[in-house]
Amino acid sequence: MTAAPDVATRTPFWRDLRTLRVAAQLLAVVVVGSVIYYLWSNLMGNLRAAGLSTNFSFLTQPLGVDIAGSGAGPGTPIWRGLLVGVKNTFALVIVGIPILTVIGTLVGIGRLSTNWLVIRICTIYVELFRNLPPLLIIFFFFNAVVLRLPLLENSSNPMGLLVVNNRFIAVTGFTAQPGLGAYWVIMGVTLLISIWIWIQRTRRWERTGRPHQRVLWSGGLLGAVGLIAFLLLGGPIALSVPVLDGRALAGGFRGLGSYFAVLVALVLYTASHVAEIVRGSILAVPRGQTEAANALALSPFQRLRHILLPQAMRIAIPPTISQFLNFTKNTSLAIAIGYAEITRITFQTIGNAQPAPQLVALLMLCYLVFSLTISVVVNLLNRRLQYVTQ
Amino acid sequence: MTTETVPATTAPATPKRGWVAWIRENLFNTWYNGLLTLILGGLTVAALWFAVRAVAGFDLTIIKTNLRLFMIGKFPASQLWRPWVSGALLAHAVGLGSGLVHSATRERAQKAGLPYIPSTVSDILSRFWPVMVLVVVILLLTETITPTIMVILVAGAGAGGSYLGRWLPSRLWGWVAVVALVIGGYMAMSAFGGVGWDAWGGLHLNLFLAVAGIAFAFPLGMLLALGRRSSLPVVRAMSVTYIEVVRGVPLIAILLFGAFAIGFLLPEGVRPSQVTRMLIAITAFEAAYIAEVIRGGLQAVPPGQTEASQALGLPPWKTMRLVVLPQALRATIPPMVGQFISLYKDTTLVAILGLTELLEASFIVNSQPGFLGKGLFLVTLAFAGLVFWVGSYTMSREARRLEKRLGVGER
Repeated sequence: MTAAPDVATRTPFWRDLRTLRVAAQLLAVVVVGSVIYYLWSNLMGNLRAAGLSTNFSFLTQPLGVDIAGSGAGPGTPIWRGLLVGVKNTFALVIVGIPILTVIGTLVGIGRLSTNWLVIRICTIYVELFRNLPPLLIIFFFFNAVVLRLPLLENSSNPMGLLVVNNRFIAVTGFTAQPGLGAYWVIMGVTLLISIWIWIQRTRRWERTGRPHQRVLWSGGLLGAVGLIAFLLLGGPIALSVPVLDGRALAGGFRGLGSYFAVLVALVLYTASHVAEIVRGSILAVPRGQTEAANALALSPFQRLRHILLPQAMRIAIPPTISQFLNFTKNTSLAIAIGYAEITRITFQTIGNAQPAPQLVALLMLCYLVFSLTISVVVNLLNRRLQYVTQ
Repeated sequence: MTTETVPATTAPATPKRGWVAWIRENLFNTWYNGLLTLILGGLTVAALWFAVRAVAGFDLTIIKTNLRLFMIGKFPASQLWRPWVSGALLAHAVGLGSGLVHSATRERAQKAGLPYIPSTVSDILSRFWPVMVLVVVILLLTETITPTIMVILVAGAGAGGSYLGRWLPSRLWGWVAVVALVIGGYMAMSAFGGVGWDAWGGLHLNLFLAVAGIAFAFPLGMLLALGRRSSLPVVRAMSVTYIEVVRGVPLIAILLFGAFAIGFLLPEGVRPSQVTRMLIAITAFEAAYIAEVIRGGLQAVPPGQTEASQALGLPPWKTMRLVVLPQALRATIPPMVGQFISLYKDTTLVAILGLTELLEASFIVNSQPGFLGKGLFLVTLAFAGLVFWVGSYTMSREARRLEKRLGVGER
């Protein structure tokens, strides 16, 4: 036992924890601040010495390059070109994420199938794609697949629904016909009504325990109204089949070959990671759940649909978000095969003697906004899905 | 309290069944599985048929003539002894290191009175067979006998190191020797009229960037992780900002920064070479990821450990160094291997900025006069893919094995 410290002897200020904490933080700020100041003054000096702009006024200068398939040419201001890049990155993300989620989930479930062949095929797919560099997969799909498609002059036209050549791939799309506006309004109102019915049916089921059949009620209403309105308005939406006339394409949705190469490569690469997450999450659901489902005589599909997947989904969401973010960031690899997404356009603009530091900063800002948006959206979803526990 | 010993039971004997029963159980157990088997089986046979035909039709001349470019880039022919000497020294270092780990584990097991089962040759074979197959494939593609002899010598240096490491009396000096050998391996490549890393290429450059990137990023990542868990708000804010910004942008953006913008941040006249700038960029990028890996390890240490060491009167830095970090770092080994794998795959990105690493090499050989326009991309990409795949697959299996052995998340 030691005696209580003398009250009169106060801790000297250089050993006082409060002073030390403030001093340590001041020191950190001074060190980091002076490094940043040093780099900043070098940056400004070097930019001026190289005769480059030290602010963002260069963004109104002409781009100087042509962006294939966008209408932006050499005379377009740089900021417009960068926006085209953002749009092209977005086109990869918005199409890629749903597809890779579906493939990843199916393969992840497939690895836990009872069918030996399905397990083998899914395992080989996952192990093959997970362990290859994504850039190599992109090169493969571009150089060994897309560039080997027929030339524009002798495009192949399978079943009359697609136009395939080594420049672009056009798929059948839709075109607007008169009456589309009215159709949208009708369908919007019907959708709201069917959501209301869905909620009512669910409430009734929770109250009384009688079968809700909400899919039948809501989906049936939506389908019936959709069909009747479609017929009454004389077909407001028509199929638009791509037709190649000489070198010009009419109708359909058209995507560049490089777009499809990046999309397929990155979807397959990321889906192999998602498959592992899905498999791990299903395995992480306690075994008793499977056994209980079996004891209730649920069919394998019912067991998956009502017992395993809802619980596995809660485990899988956080790591899957990070795979979505990886997918978004990996779209930057499209630079290697010349697809005009944001990184590619930044790269080309730097090559046209525009100041690199500002452009790279803008590029990083774009990706930060992308990443933040995705993580906020999915986190909101995640919060709704998690169990509320005490 | 009585303890009851449960007699050692053997697993219930499974009756031996024929292959017909196996097929019925594993391929046709329900009608939809049967349908699936038929469809997928047909597709698999077709895919295998095309794959085998494509591989059998590969003209390997392009790989045979460019094998050196793939492995070490445009290394001067008169200096070719250097990679071999360096390889032997590094193999010896790796062998010595594994031997030292082996002897430490054995000693700890003996002290605890636990049985120690050393890994046997068949263990090593089953763990590293993909690498061995790859080495054999590459040696089959060489045109002289020299590489085969050299590979045997390098492997011998590794095995010798492993044997030495197991029986070395002082482990501390053993680790000093490992560090000296690694430095020696670098010197053998670059010192005394050799070739510095600015001129390295091929697979050698990929491996160098991955190893050096992780090694340089580790101390930085450690600082960032400690900063993120610090109780000082300013330090924490700075660490979090750095980590989250870097993790929010793709590596290629940071590499673009390295290639085009680092020059502007340095004083006049200081212009590092492209490889150095790539290394700086990779280090800056990896530091943020390693920080998160280490943070995960730190969070896995129960707070009771810190409290207990505080109760013992240890000052904060000793608590960190002697109690928290050793436990935290153990938990970080498997994710660190995962991080290394993803960096190994990502080193291909320097191709975009004009460095001739393996992927870029496999790409540019297609424009050589003899091979231009022959459409051999599939052959060269398949070769590069095989090399990357083998490395990544083997390491990911090792990571899984380590995870099990270290019992991460189970204690």
